[in-house]
Amino acid sequence: MRRNPKIVTEAMQSYSFSRRAWLLGAAQAGVGVMLAGRMAWLSVAQNEHYSILSEKNRVDSTLIPPRRGWIVDRNGVPIANNRTDFRVDIIPDRLRDEDRVLVLLQQLLRLTPEDMARVRIDLDRAAGFQPVQVAERLDWDRFAAVSVRLPELPGVQPSRAFARHYPAGAAVAHLTGYVGVPNAEQFKATRDGLLVTPGFKLGKDGLEKALESRLRGKPGAKRVEVTARGKLVAELATKPDVPGKTAKLTIDAGLQEYAARRLGTNSGSAVVIDCRTGEMLCMVSVPAYDPNSFSDGISHLEWQMLSEDDHVPLMNKVTQGLYPPGSTVKPMNALALLDAGVAADQRINCTGAMRVGTGVFHCHKRGGHGPLDMKGAVAQSCDIYFYEMVRRLGYDRIAPVARTVGLGEKFELPFTTQRFGTVPDSAWKLRKYKDEWRVADSLNASIGQGYVLANPLQLAVMAARLASGRALQPSILADRVHRDAPALPYQSEHLQLVREAMWGVVNGGGTGGAARLLIPGVQIAAKTGTAQVRRITMAERRSGVLKNGQLPFKLRDHALFVCFAPADNPRYAAGVVLEHNGHTVRNLDTPLIGRDIMTYLLDRERALASLAEVEPTWGGDIATRMAATEAAYRAARNPPPAAAATKTDAVVPSDAPAVERATDLANQTQAALATNTVAEEGSTEGTERDE
Amino acid sequence: MSGRTVPEGLARLPWKVILLVIAIGVFGQVVLYSAAGGSFSPWAKSQGLRFFVLLAGAVAISRVPERAWKAGALPAYALILIALVLVELLGAIKGGSQRWLDLGFIRLQPSEFMKPAIVLACAKFYDMLPAGETRRFSAIWPAALLIGLPAAFVMKQPDLGTGLMICAGGATVMFLAGIPLRLFVGGALAAAVAIPLAINFVLHDYQRNRILIFLDPESDPLGTGYHISQSKIAIGSGGIWGKGFLNGTQSHLDYLPEGHTDFVFATMAEEWGLVGGCLLILAFLLVIRWGIDVAQAAEGRFARLAAAGLATTIFFYVAINLMMVMGLAPVVGIPLPLVSFGSSAQLTVLLSLGILMSIDRQNRRRPRW
Repeated sequence: MRRNPKIVTEAMQSYSFSRRAWLLGAAQAGVGVMLAGRMAWLSVAQNEHYSILSEKNRVDSTLIPPRRGWIVDRNGVPIANNRTDFRVDIIPDRLRDEDRVLVLLQQLLRLTPEDMARVRIDLDRAAGFQPVQVAERLDWDRFAAVSVRLPELPGVQPSRAFARHYPAGAAVAHLTGYVGVPNAEQFKATRDGLLVTPGFKLGKDGLEKALESRLRGKPGAKRVEVTARGKLVAELATKPDVPGKTAKLTIDAGLQEYAARRLGTNSGSAVVIDCRTGEMLCMVSVPAYDPNSFSDGISHLEWQMLSEDDHVPLMNKVTQGLYPPGSTVKPMNALALLDAGVAADQRINCTGAMRVGTGVFHCHKRGGHGPLDMKGAVAQSCDIYFYEMVRRLGYDRIAPVARTVGLGEKFELPFTTQRFGTVPDSAWKLRKYKDEWRVADSLNASIGQGYVLANPLQLAVMAARLASGRALQPSILADRVHRDAPALPYQSEHLQLVREAMWGVVNGGGTGGAARLLIPGVQIAAKTGTAQVRRITMAERRSGVLKNGQLPFKLRDHALFVCFAPADNPRYAAGVVLEHNGHTVRNLDTPLIGRDIMTYLLDRERALASLAEVEPTWGGDIATRMAATEAAYRAARNPPPAAAATKTDAVVPSDAPAVERATDLANQTQAALATNTVAEEGSTEGTERDE
Repeated sequence: MSGRTVPEGLARLPWKVILLVIAIGVFGQVVLYSAAGGSFSPWAKSQGLRFFVLLAGAVAISRVPERAWKAGALPAYALILIALVLVELLGAIKGGSQRWLDLGFIRLQPSEFMKPAIVLACAKFYDMLPAGETRRFSAIWPAALLIGLPAAFVMKQPDLGTGLMICAGGATVMFLAGIPLRLFVGGALAAAVAIPLAINFVLHDYQRNRILIFLDPESDPLGTGYHISQSKIAIGSGGIWGKGFLNGTQSHLDYLPEGHTDFVFATMAEEWGLVGGCLLILAFLLVIRWGIDVAQAAEGRFARLAAAGLATTIFFYVAINLMMVMGLAPVVGIPLPLVSFGSSAQLTVLLSLGILMSIDRQNRRRPRW
């Protein structure tokens, strides 16, 4: 306070009041303008922003998972389609009073204690926003029972969805792959609400995974007006989903299923290629899982059973399995020899064994074939002929031809996990093992053993290229067929000679006589092969080589087969590889399987009749055998593992570590054999059975 | 006089402002009708009835002569202060805080009446103060005490909004009475220092929360920030012309909390848009300007200070409420007068208008030269 305040009179006070009251009024008007301005800012400048928020409040949008595009074969027959599915899920975030809700659900849906235990485990593990499946494939009664009691079941979401269906089941498993619930990482990466919509599944393996963007489609939305407390006020227009696009394959669904059945109890694969276009007509790997049950999420027991099986049902052997091609490379060798100037009529005398340096190399025929020309050597699959010829030329002259016909090649196909093997030569060995190429390496490679590794698809491509004389590229999507394949850079007479030699394998008293077609006037050309997976010691050789039937499964020889038909005007080519088949059962051996697959393409009725005759001898069709295997497995695990059997979606895409390991192990066996080859023992074919 | 057919008393009423107030009140009832989902109950009907009864009361008390207000100012102030103490004591006995005084037939909220009472009391005090004393310390401390006592009790209830309004109303009168400006400037600076301290040490948790969330409402959109967020959504989504009568979704689907009381402006703005909002603001400004005009025209220090103070009290209601719903101020629980559902604020504002009309009547009787 000032010490000497100025004297204030009433007049001054009145004047001061007027001024200050005016000031106050002005300030109030100013605040009024400011408020109007603020309101204009909210309702005009930011109108759009707030309108969206208001709409988000008002409208509760539930996504409708889009119907997945079908996968159809070359004739439009569905390989993967959708069926209507009534299902019930729980959204953990919205679940209240868990115990009461689960008890009620168990009553309404008539769930088993195992199911309940699985749901509880899944609920414990689930990220709150991810729906946990309670039950699917419900009948209408049970679905309706839950639907009408929803107010008592907070967090429970019944929905009508479409479930993936594979009519051919396991026969197409490795072709299509399967679908499954997206995992939390996938959701976090995209923040796409569709990924946490109950009933939505995406491709986890095979074509389902590779073609995901094409097959998925766009979700629809069911829109309802809700209050802040979630009470439904009105149903708004529902936006329909846009189904995914259909993917048409070059596959022939009938052939695919036939081949899968015909392979029987083998652990093997078969590929058929159209010799005019390179289209893949079938691509089978057996045994396999049932993609229908995989897409539902499989139980722990099922998963354990599949991963313990020595027939590796989780591996797509067509693109992931690597095998020494064995004698199936001999027609290709012949082409390389011709190209290098070797005369076809030049004979080599096979005495049954041949000494190179300090080592002895044997022919599969103990007594030897006697003198053979090139066609005879291919037809009889004589090892000595090719040992001697390749010893003279060196394998570096062969390897480029091997690559040209498709060995070691990676094809442009929608499969993420292709293993493409090895076509070795001296430069490769120096690079990989820092070691020089030896004559023994050439000899081993000349009969498709040693360092040579190929997958079944490459063998089929090799057959198709030799048959057509063109550098065909395999294709599996109908809109990605490589029609204009250039001619192979070899003389057509040479190619013709090779084809004639392969004709001789079946029809000229060669090793593949069993594959002779029963269709009048049509002939098949082929080459058999056997790849040994163990070393035969000198001691064993002296006392008599053990028969495959005496050996444990893992030590039996692989059986391989490449062919094309008709021999004089090639239309179809195929490759069949049977792991550890050992040529023990005639009906389940490569020549007859190859013959029947070819027969299916040329005379379907005859092929089906043949199958009907032989299938019962190995326990019936795929589904029957799988059910029996599973029942036996369950019985063997007594008591059955507790209800901890949780469905899991984390299993086995083919690039999963478990499958990688299994594949690696199988392939390493071959590699180890190759690198350890000792000259004394050589590496020869086992006994190739003549017809 | 032209109004021979009209009784002289009726003709003398300030019809312009009465019609303006009726317009605001009726518009408020329209908004409440919509807020109830297109229904007169539970809000629009009772609010409407009360409005017209209270408006009639206001017109009636406009006949009370100014000197009666002057004489009654301090006793009324004292009575309300005692009521505030009683509320506090009852609260202490019953345990927990309390704002209401239940008289059996009516529940009174004494703090509400303190808003006009503090204005009248301060006006009376400066009216008694000789002009020469205005710049002395003796012109300040009694007023500060008059304001501080009730404000302290109200804030203890705790009711931050009403406490602030009592302070603001009293301070306005002090300002108009000619207290040196530098005190207000100094006071503002002191407040700038004191507010952060108060936030940290004096305020209750929920009050502190409201202020922190006001500063960043999106930090807690589903918790305490929910009110402000939803209110801004309602206003912002209304656009220029609004979504139309009965078409507001924020209010009808219960996303906007307190859509019929403190946040009634948001309910209105959603359906009537910027246009409705600006018209309402304009109407309030006109009423307040009329009040300031009444003050300017009044003779006698009490009448002037009281009129300007009461007009400013109404202004504070409107300004604080609108700033609150538009996210410019924390949520402090001040309703929008004449529009928000509720009897206390309606009563206070119409009482203030009645006193203003009474002063206006006094002004008009005085011959002008």
